[in-house]
Amino acid sequence: MTGLIPGVELSRTAGRTAVRIARPPVSGLVRPRLLVVCLLLAAATFAVFCFGIATGDYPLALSDVVPALWGSGDGGTLLIVQELRLPRALTGLLVGAAFGVSGALFQTMTRNPLASPDMIGITAGAGTAVVAGLVLGFGTGLGTQTLGLSGALITALLIYVLAWKRGTTGYRIILVGIGVSWLFTSTTEYLIARARLYEAQEALGWLFGDLGNRNWGHVRPLALTMAVLLPAALLLSRWTRTLQLGDEVAVGLGIPVQRARLALLLTGVGLVAFGTAAAGPIAFVALVAPQIALRLARTAWPPLTASALTGALIVLVGDLIGRRLITDMELPVGVVTGVLGAPFLLWLLARANRTGSGG
Amino acid sequence: MLDMEPPAGGLTQRPEAAPTRTHALRRPILLVLTLGALVLLCLISIAVGSRQIPLGEVVGTLLHSRDTQADAIVWGVRVPRTALGLAAGAALGLAGAVMQALTRNPLADPGLMGVSAGSALGIVVAIGVLGIASLYATIWFAFTGALVASVVVYVLGGLGRGGTTPVKLALAGVAVTFMMSSLTGALALISPEALNRYRFWSAGSLAGQDMPTILRVLPFLAVGALLALAAGPALNNLSLGDDVAASLGRRPGLVRLQGLLAVTLLTGGAVAVVGPIVFVGLVVPHAARIITGPDQRWLLPFSMLLAPCLLLMADIAGRVIARPQEVQVGIVVAFVGAPFFIALVRRRRLAELTT
Repeated sequence: MTGLIPGVELSRTAGRTAVRIARPPVSGLVRPRLLVVCLLLAAATFAVFCFGIATGDYPLALSDVVPALWGSGDGGTLLIVQELRLPRALTGLLVGAAFGVSGALFQTMTRNPLASPDMIGITAGAGTAVVAGLVLGFGTGLGTQTLGLSGALITALLIYVLAWKRGTTGYRIILVGIGVSWLFTSTTEYLIARARLYEAQEALGWLFGDLGNRNWGHVRPLALTMAVLLPAALLLSRWTRTLQLGDEVAVGLGIPVQRARLALLLTGVGLVAFGTAAAGPIAFVALVAPQIALRLARTAWPPLTASALTGALIVLVGDLIGRRLITDMELPVGVVTGVLGAPFLLWLLARANRTGSGG
Repeated sequence: MLDMEPPAGGLTQRPEAAPTRTHALRRPILLVLTLGALVLLCLISIAVGSRQIPLGEVVGTLLHSRDTQADAIVWGVRVPRTALGLAAGAALGLAGAVMQALTRNPLADPGLMGVSAGSALGIVVAIGVLGIASLYATIWFAFTGALVASVVVYVLGGLGRGGTTPVKLALAGVAVTFMMSSLTGALALISPEALNRYRFWSAGSLAGQDMPTILRVLPFLAVGALLALAAGPALNNLSLGDDVAASLGRRPGLVRLQGLLAVTLLTGGAVAVVGPIVFVGLVVPHAARIITGPDQRWLLPFSMLLAPCLLLMADIAGRVIARPQEVQVGIVVAFVGAPFFIALVRRRRLAELTT
């Protein structure tokens, strides 16, 4: 396919188009399907975001919500949107995106679709810290956000140190992480078993992931983290794809393997630590969002942007349903995302199997 | 030995170079030694507790029953507890080894087929929805939940062209697990009684079961164990890939069905009674592989003997460290097993085997 536009050369291979421009000399790959999927996901996410803000005990019209996001509207609407519902929706959006990207990074780095930051114990460490805070009154006054964040970061450090032996490998990090995860999960179970019943209820709610009563104090640290780590993840994705070919090949292609892995790990951990601190470990999202994105876009590895959007969409839809499903109580978002995301992943699996493109 | 390929090809396990064989009888001798250690641990498990019974008296009581206080403790409390640890440990170790062979994924644990999540859902449904309070009845609900979950995973993993593959099964298992644990969470949050029972079950414990309960689960475990041990040679062939296995006269679909049935019976039976201590099944095969190499015919019996050793050791420790109170076996297993597992990962050249 040449000659449509002078100086631009297009060549198509399996689902992607290579674009070469003669002057200035620029070339790149365009994956039309991935692009369309991202645009559709972004549109769907924005729609659910606005709809979620409009829905509640005091319903608002969508035509009032969208202007109010930018700060125009009457005082009552502005108060409800900007102070009450926007922080919650933003937390959901950012947490979902953070989990999606983090899951994509871990799955690509370890080349294992079962790997996710939940599995290697980072969220388990956060969980133990928070549940210990609730049950033992440990670190009172710090709040779940600080406890969760420090739990996650300390766990990540512990895993990296334990997996270090003249360098690390993705595989050793996962296996050590599983051991650490086991330790923390059991500690949490023990704490819940010896807690008073109402404490156990509170702990369980947090452990499933909850977006209730979020304010700007939850959004700000998360937004800052995302502003730094999301571009970092995108920049790193070149390395990630090469690392997939194996350490030897990656070294041969000039990738600083150890530094690349540390950078990837730090990025993934940072995203999930801040995400968990803000909303609890919404466990399923990090694992399932990259797998759904990968099947929607039909790429060989989890695409980062599409994973972020899928994660955000899952969390926002889950929160919307959790708020409205039962009239007298709110279900934690994590409960809904599991019930909701699982059938969707299964449907995608079955469909991919029918067309013969499934793994 | 443990090896992951790029996602396009899925998760495959490449046979390792044969383990350095210093002695032809090494594996049989080690198997007998492990068995000896297990017997010793059983005796210690019967002897140790809030009231200590000397080992000599334990053996005497076991050989010919006398009408003493020690006798009542031994037969009424300690023997059921030890038997449960033995049965559940063997079941989980065996199930873990089969699961890792079937999915060709070293991260697979026996709960991967949704079995633990299904049991948990069974328990909260029995208590929260149906209002059943009896401990004994909830065990059957847990077992039914495990069976249902496992069938659902198998059917979903086999949909579409190409039938069941390890990756499809693993992903279907993960998806069903998350769905069921979300439902469990929802029910537990709505019903405080369900939460109460669920949280104690889910910490994992060998205590408080009587012999009849254990005996009723035992047939399922026995059938599962026979199926699993018989599948050893076929699993060896399957590790070379479905095509090679087929050319060697195996039917991969049937082998997988047999393996999964075994895992379901073993894990379902064990988890329903002792709680979701499935990590035993994840860690023990890794330890067994150091001794046996990748040969399933040896790996399966070693896993079956090593896992109850770990479980009984943890249970004994749990009785001793917080006397007169007890720490549940689930938490002790984690604190014994996790550092061991991490040391193992660091010591072995696992990492270098990953290409």
